Amino acid sequence: MKKKDENISAMCRPTVGEAGRTGDWRDLRPVIDHSKCTPFVKKKAACYLCWLYCPEAVVKAGIPVEIDLEYCKGCGICAEECPSRAISMVREDQCND
Amino acid sequence: MTDARIITGNQAAAVAARLCDVQVIAAYPITPQSQLAEILSQFVESGQLRAEYVRVEGEHSAMTVCIGASTVGARVFTATSANGLLYMHEQLHWAAGSRLPIVMCCVNRGVGAPWSIFNDQQDSLAQRDTGWIQIYCRDNQEILDTVIQAYRIAETVYAPVMVCYDGFVLSHTMMPVVSPAPAAVRKFLPPYRPHTILDAANPLTLNSVLLPNRRPDAEGTLCDGYMEMRWKLQNALDRAPEVIREVNRSFAEAFGRDHGGMLWTHRTEDAEVILSGMGSLAAEATVAADALREEGIRAGVVGIRVYRPFPAKEAVEAFRGAKAIVLFEKSISYGYEGGLCSDLKAAFYGSGILAPIHDHVAGLGGRDVKARELVEAVKSSLARIQAGERDLKTTWLNCATE
Amino acid sequence: MPHNLFKIHEKEYVLPGTRACQGCGLSIAYRFALKALREDTIVTFPACCLCVLHGLYPLTPVLVPSVNSTFAATAASASGIAAGLAALNRTETTVVAFAGDGGTFDMGIQALSGAAERGTDFIYVAYDNEGYMNTGTQRSSATPMGALTTTTPVLTKQQHKKDFLKIMEAHQIPYVATTTPAYPIDLYDKFVRAKRIKGTRFIHIHTPCPPGWQYPTKDTIRIGRLAVDTGLCVLFEVENGKFRFTGRSRTLAEKGNKLPVVHYVEKQGRFKKMSIEQLNQLQAWVDDRWEEYRRRAAESK
Repeated sequence: MKKKDENISAMCRPTVGEAGRTGDWRDLRPVIDHSKCTPFVKKKAACYLCWLYCPEAVVKAGIPVEIDLEYCKGCGICAEECPSRAISMVREDQCND
Repeated sequence: MTDARIITGNQAAAVAARLCDVQVIAAYPITPQSQLAEILSQFVESGQLRAEYVRVEGEHSAMTVCIGASTVGARVFTATSANGLLYMHEQLHWAAGSRLPIVMCCVNRGVGAPWSIFNDQQDSLAQRDTGWIQIYCRDNQEILDTVIQAYRIAETVYAPVMVCYDGFVLSHTMMPVVSPAPAAVRKFLPPYRPHTILDAANPLTLNSVLLPNRRPDAEGTLCDGYMEMRWKLQNALDRAPEVIREVNRSFAEAFGRDHGGMLWTHRTEDAEVILSGMGSLAAEATVAADALREEGIRAGVVGIRVYRPFPAKEAVEAFRGAKAIVLFEKSISYGYEGGLCSDLKAAFYGSGILAPIHDHVAGLGGRDVKARELVEAVKSSLARIQAGERDLKTTWLNCATE
Repeated sequence: MPHNLFKIHEKEYVLPGTRACQGCGLSIAYRFALKALREDTIVTFPACCLCVLHGLYPLTPVLVPSVNSTFAATAASASGIAAGLAALNRTETTVVAFAGDGGTFDMGIQALSGAAERGTDFIYVAYDNEGYMNTGTQRSSATPMGALTTTTPVLTKQQHKKDFLKIMEAHQIPYVATTTPAYPIDLYDKFVRAKRIKGTRFIHIHTPCPPGWQYPTKDTIRIGRLAVDTGLCVLFEVENGKFRFTGRSRTLAEKGNKLPVVHYVEKQGRFKKMSIEQLNQLQAWVDDRWEEYRRRAAESK
């Protein structure tokens, strides 16, 4: 039997992607040049300002740093704030995939 | 063990709230409710009632505090009157839409402008469409009993209940009232169980935006759009009469007092003319009906106890057989007629009841309405009806309208 | 990770894929506020940008129990939640009201003043994006002088921003602080501190808003920092009446190298019609407040 909505008032449950795949909003994609990225170069947990300032919590503070492009909205804060200029914002239509 | 005491309507309501073990009270003083807010403060500060009393800075906040506390699972109580109730209006909708079993006493008073501190029922009637159950009381005993019943109704239906009683006429008038034993009330009223538990283990966001259309959840179950969720409220109120009647029956069994469920009748069996109204005015109409019978006019009374949900089916049964219907209302829908009059006419549509209905607006802003004035009004109505008049415009009783 | 980032609670309480705008200052602020507050928290908020972030039924990206309320009612909603929890002996749960400047400086002031006067045990957060951003950038009493909004579309806002922090301080509550998502660690620390205090705590968050303030989404942190560097946003906290600068504002106060407000103003489209006279008035307003804060900091030492 198909499940029914039994809620009698509006109660929302947590999920990833509440607003859909917000990566679709993006015009510019953050591309990391790991040869410039501090944690990758120093091989230790360091800097991570991209993780700190990300409004969407889509930056994974590991070695190497990863960005979840499924949900990254492409605001460009990480590229702007990167002290070693390791992130560049590239037009989506100029990305290879 | 029961004890009967001579107390005011406000005292009766306060005693009832204490008997119901309310856990959070939020109130803001307004005449004629103030005494109720004061008595409850006395109960809490003297340790007679273990509750959080939030002395809010306004009625909008009073209802909001009730909403917040009820959401996390506390049994809450508030009371207000007139402009205080109007100031709550936004939150009345919010409480009902959140499906919270809040119980509030509305100590009925006329609304400004111009100011009046005295009784009529314009305040609660103006809240008709907020999704609240509205019950109107005749006397102080019924106030006490109805507050207790209201919690059981509210916590079964998951809808808020407004217990309405006339300012000064009941709120400040002393009458003998029997107070049931606390243990018996606890047995009648089980502890409140919220429909949603808010805790860290199950983090929910409540009352978010709903879209016009339905939307699936993470498991693919198609969940309500705004209309479905609002329909659930309507459906709950549609089904509430069953609960209200059952609660009335159980209450009568447990405490020996039957206030009539959705409506009550007085000598209607053979009545050719039926008087009707709500609250203390309907009680006054029973005195008028008895007087009319003394004069050989077979009169009876239907008292509308629950105004929302409207007792349409019961009304058809109760009024059937009447050759004339005379209504007395302490409010009006400006530009038309009394709200009760419109609702009864709508209920009668297609039922075969074709008796002429004469609506009276009476007692606005505390103007006294005596039984003998009701008697005269009924006699005048009957004379006009017997003379063949059918287009009976609403009469403002006891009012200089020239 | 630098030493001060390690102390930040790892768990994210806002899952990716929210409805908030690109580069949203509130998203950053909320992210770190919830990290500091953690699970045992109930948040209440009115119809505002945060309501949008919390998503549409039946889903939400947020992992903390939350309750929507109406616009004027945020602090009263928190009062009710706190009273309900107290009645149920659940006082260990932190109650947090989160409203914008419209819901705080304007419509919510009565409920907030009442709750603060009663000493309600909760944290009230005003995330101040200086206008009604959720409804399309209308003027609020928190909009700064000279800003274009959709209801001051030709002449710009003629009045200074309401000094709401003074109003909250006048309630003599145990904790008043102001912070910004441009300094997430300052923000995080203030929430950690507030969480430990009982009674009414008030945190003001100066919250850059790319669409409302008309600057590129990448500049949210930069604009927030400039607000601090120019003294438009002063990072401080007042605990039990004792004032102290924090973070970048403390450095500025010590070194005396505050920047002129023009550096902040010129980077935002909303100030493009600001007159020289308004700019001077804004500078004087900032300088007066700054001097007052410095005096208070010196007195508190």
